[in-house]
Order: sequence, then C-alpha cells, then structure tokens
Amino acid sequence: MVDVVFQPSTVARAGSVRKRASLRTAMKRKSTAAFLMTLPLILLIAILVIYPAFYSLHLATLNKSMQRFVGFGNFEFLFRRETFWLVVKQSCIFAITAVVFKALIGFIVAHFVHNIPVKGQRKWRGMLLVPWVIPPAMSTLAWLWLFDPSYSAFNYTLSFFGVGPISWTGDPDWARFSVILVNIWYGAPFFMIMYLASLKSVPDQLYEAAAIDGANWWQRIWYVTLPMMRNIIAITTLFSLIVTFANFDIVRILTSGGPLDHTHIFATWAFRVGIEGSDIPLGASVSLFMFPILAVAAIFILRDITKRGNEA
Amino acid sequence: MTGTMVIDKAAPTRKVKYGSISRDRTWALRWSYFFLTLFVIFSLVPPLYMLITSLKSSAEISAATNPWWVFHPTLSNYIELLTSNQFLTFFRNSALVSIFVVTITMLISVPAAFALARMRFWGSATLATGVFLTYLIPDTLLFLPLFKMFAAFGDLTGIQLINRWYVLLIVYPTLTVPFCTWIMIGYFASIPKELDEAAIIDGASWFQTLTRIFIPVALPGLIAATIFAFTVSWAQFLYPLVFTTSTDQLVLPVGIITSLIKGDVFNWGQIMTGALLGAAPPLIIYAFLMDYYIAGLTAGATKG
Repeated sequence: MVDVVFQPSTVARAGSVRKRASLRTAMKRKSTAAFLMTLPLILLIAILVIYPAFYSLHLATLNKSMQRFVGFGNFEFLFRRETFWLVVKQSCIFAITAVVFKALIGFIVAHFVHNIPVKGQRKWRGMLLVPWVIPPAMSTLAWLWLFDPSYSAFNYTLSFFGVGPISWTGDPDWARFSVILVNIWYGAPFFMIMYLASLKSVPDQLYEAAAIDGANWWQRIWYVTLPMMRNIIAITTLFSLIVTFANFDIVRILTSGGPLDHTHIFATWAFRVGIEGSDIPLGASVSLFMFPILAVAAIFILRDITKRGNEA
Repeated sequence: MTGTMVIDKAAPTRKVKYGSISRDRTWALRWSYFFLTLFVIFSLVPPLYMLITSLKSSAEISAATNPWWVFHPTLSNYIELLTSNQFLTFFRNSALVSIFVVTITMLISVPAAFALARMRFWGSATLATGVFLTYLIPDTLLFLPLFKMFAAFGDLTGIQLINRWYVLLIVYPTLTVPFCTWIMIGYFASIPKELDEAAIIDGASWFQTLTRIFIPVALPGLIAATIFAFTVSWAQFLYPLVFTTSTDQLVLPVGIITSLIKGDVFNWGQIMTGALLGAAPPLIIYAFLMDYYIAGLTAGATKG
C-alpha cells in the first residue's frame, strides 16, 4: 500500500529518467504519456476510494468478529433498534434544516454584500468568510465553551434579559438546536461566497431591462436573479447536503451524540459502534445508509455535466 | 394597483433608481450595513471568544466574572503550551503531515490534470467526471473499511500503519487529490491551445510543455489548489482520530481534544489557546492570500 501511494513521486521523477532511456519512443506517443501521467491518480482512487467503498459493502455482511457471513443480519438488527431510527430521524432533521438555513442566510448576506459599494466589499467578505477558514474541530471547541453549562457566556448574556439558564447541550431539543446552529455558522459563508460570485456574473442590462418594465425588487429577484443563479444554487445545495449529511466533527465534539443518543447522526453513530464499540461490520452497515443520498446527488451532477458538455 | 404602490415605497424601484440617488437608496445602504454588522458579529464571536479566554488565567475563568472581558490579561497559557513538548509534537506532526500531503497531492494531480485537459485519450472524459464524483464520497463512509484494510495490511506484511502519523500521508490524498485535479483541469483547459502548439512546434516534449508553459501560466490555480490541500489536511479530524491513538503520533486537532481535556476537567484557558494556535496557520494563509483562497473555493463549483 505504501508503495502505491508513494508512486507519484517515482513516476514524476521517472519522467525525466525515462526520456533518456529506451522507452523514449513509447513516451512520444501521446496516449501512453497521458496514461502514465494519470496512473497515480487512477491507482489512488481505485485502491483507496473505490475498493474501500465496495469493501464496506462486504464488511456489512459479516458478523462482529468478521469470520462469519450473516447476509442482511446486521441490517435486520439495526432495523429493530430504536436508536437506529433516532439516528435516521436526527440525520434528516440535521441535514435538511442546516442546509436550508445555510442557503437562506448565504443568499441574504450575499445580497447585502453585493448591495454596498464595491470598494468596501472585500473587507466585509473577508470577515464573513472567517468561520469557513477555521478548522471545524477548533471552532467547535469555542462553541462548546460558549455553551458551557456553568460558565456559559450565552447564559451569562441571556440572564440580563431575564431568560433562565439554558442547558445548551444537555437538553435533547436544545442540543439539536446547538449542533444545527454551529453547522449553520460554519457552512453559511460557503454559500455566501458562491452566491456572491454568481451574483456578480448576472449582467446589469437584465436588471435595467426589468426596471424599465416596471419590476419591483421582489420581481427582480424572482424573475432575474434566481433563474440566473439556478445552476449555482442547485449545485451548492446538493454539495452542501452531502457534506452536512456526512458531518462528523461538529456533532462529535459538541455532544458526542448525547444526550441519550439524541443528536447522533450516521457518521458519529458509525464511529461509536464501529471504533468505540469495535463492531466494525455494524458500523459499516450504519455508514452505508449515507450512500443513497450520494447516489441521488451523483445522478444530478452527472446530468448537469453532460448537459453542459452538449451546450459547449 | 394599490398593492404595487405600497411595494414601490418600500424599496428602491425604477422611479427612485432613475431619479436622484435619493433617500431610499441611502436607507437601503444603511440597512445593508446594519445587517452585515449583525452577521459579522455572529461570524466572529467564537474566534474572538477564543482569544478572550486564552488571555485569562484559570483563576479568572473559575471566578465566573464577565466572560466577555479580560480583567487581568496574561500570556501564561501561551507560554505553557508553547513550552510543552507534547503540544510542540502535535504541531510538528500536523506541519509534517500537511507539507507532505500538499507535495504528494501536487505531484499526483498536476500531471493528471494536464493529461486530462490536453491529451485526449480513451476514457479521459469519463475519468474526469469520475474524479469529481470521488470527491463527493465522504470520509465518514470510508474510515471503517480503511481501518480494517490497514490492520489487515499490518498483519500481512508486518508493516505497522495503524497508530503511526505517516498513515495519514496515505489517506489524506484521497480527500485532496480529486478536488485539486478537478480545479487544475479547469485552469489548464482555459489556457489557449496556440500556446502549447507553439511550444510543440519549437520541439518541446510533453513534459517540457507542462513545466515551461502550463505550470507558470496556471500559477494562480496552482496556488489555490495548494492552499486547498493544506487547509484540508490541517483541519482533518476524523482520520487521525480513528487511525492514531498514542500521544506522540497525534496531529493538532485530535491532540488538543484528547490531551487537554482530562476526564471531566476542562482547562478552558489552555484549550482555547490551543484551538487558536491550531486555527492560526489557515487564518494567516487566508489573511494574506484571500483572493486565491476564494478563487479555489468558487472554481470547483462554477466549473462543475
């Protein structure tokens, strides 16, 4: 395995060696050269992405000690467990709510940034993108400290408004709210930057034409901005849905799935079962449930790519 | 009719826009600034709070004074962490892993992107699409089979990979290479064909066209891809958490969480200092190379 991954350096170095060597004629042929240049990439993807993906399908059919084939036994076991259904529910709530709010906030903030004079936009954009730059594991620690039950900075602030201490990560509903809030905080800047880039590419003439036709600002957004941004909105949302669905860092650090497994999503529960509970096959079965959403996303993206290919 | 009249008053519309740059426009601007300020506060509270807490002594934290203000600022947390061997080991491991991963990523993805963008060969279009699709397969789907694979590999060959920091050099490229290849394909494809045709006519080999023409011309894209690879490998949390356990093999994010949190005792001053120091390298890169950072971020989606 080591050899395979270190291949790129040997290939790159070998490129210059090979030129001098007898392989010279073969190298001159375009397709051979091209194939050799992509070989490290193909090997990397085949061995460390495609193979493990199929291997996890195989793993999911084994028993805990990985010696016996149990078919769909792991899935039957999962379907009978209440925690599993809790995880399914929470994964959907988490991903959908977070993505909707990230998309909305990103859209709104992008408009505000677009609205102010170009000169100052850089500064504001720079500050707004900071959550996306900080490693999520580090920033979630800051949130954990903000949510701290006894010294919580939030509860301290809320106490001035007479709002009683909130158990941010201790109460199931508040814990759900907290993990979603942190995810929105982390992900909204990404949407903002994407929308801002596509807002800038909408030609001004369209807005002028709309204004001449007497469109108000809502109509301008609905009939000009949204159709022009449709592609980017779709792809960003799809992309974010995958990432949010597969999220691990935030939930793991903020609540570790607690209280009472109420905030577990597929990834954190797969980790709990597979690594901490050392039942790798069961963990693999859990993580396989992230696959359908991936497949749907892949189909949409493939369709989009082929469509663009035809246009070009 | 009356409906539109009301809306007309509420927002800058045709009449306003083509009249003077009037009151409504200034008000829209003021509202924009107002809401932007709110969102900036929301964005910057956690990092600022890290900074505030990192300047406090444990006595001040447990005294539960106003959490938003430092009454007796001290650098003791920073001194303690930066002189602790353990923390420096985490930092070194993180730096080593990130630098190696960036190098490996570039060595794999630049030639591959060049081949996929310029040298059409059998299956190249499918491969380019496939590369993007693999980028969508999340780490949380692969960590269990990979763990099992590395364990089996260790049993088979006697080469221990689990619980060694260099195992991360093998797995991190799966996160960085597909995306970097994808954005480099975009940058390379935008280079005019005449440029490399001229080079070929002058007798340059494919390798020379790549190093003398493509890499210099697509340098902004290369920088964006490098920044992306660095940020991803610096921030990755799941793989090191699964594959490494001994304290001398840990990278920064995992190290801070497993070593500074001892049981139920949270030394928040130190944790926040560690988190801030861990967030510093990406933040510094971002502060200086913001445009490249954003170019890399948007290139992936606008070209896909």
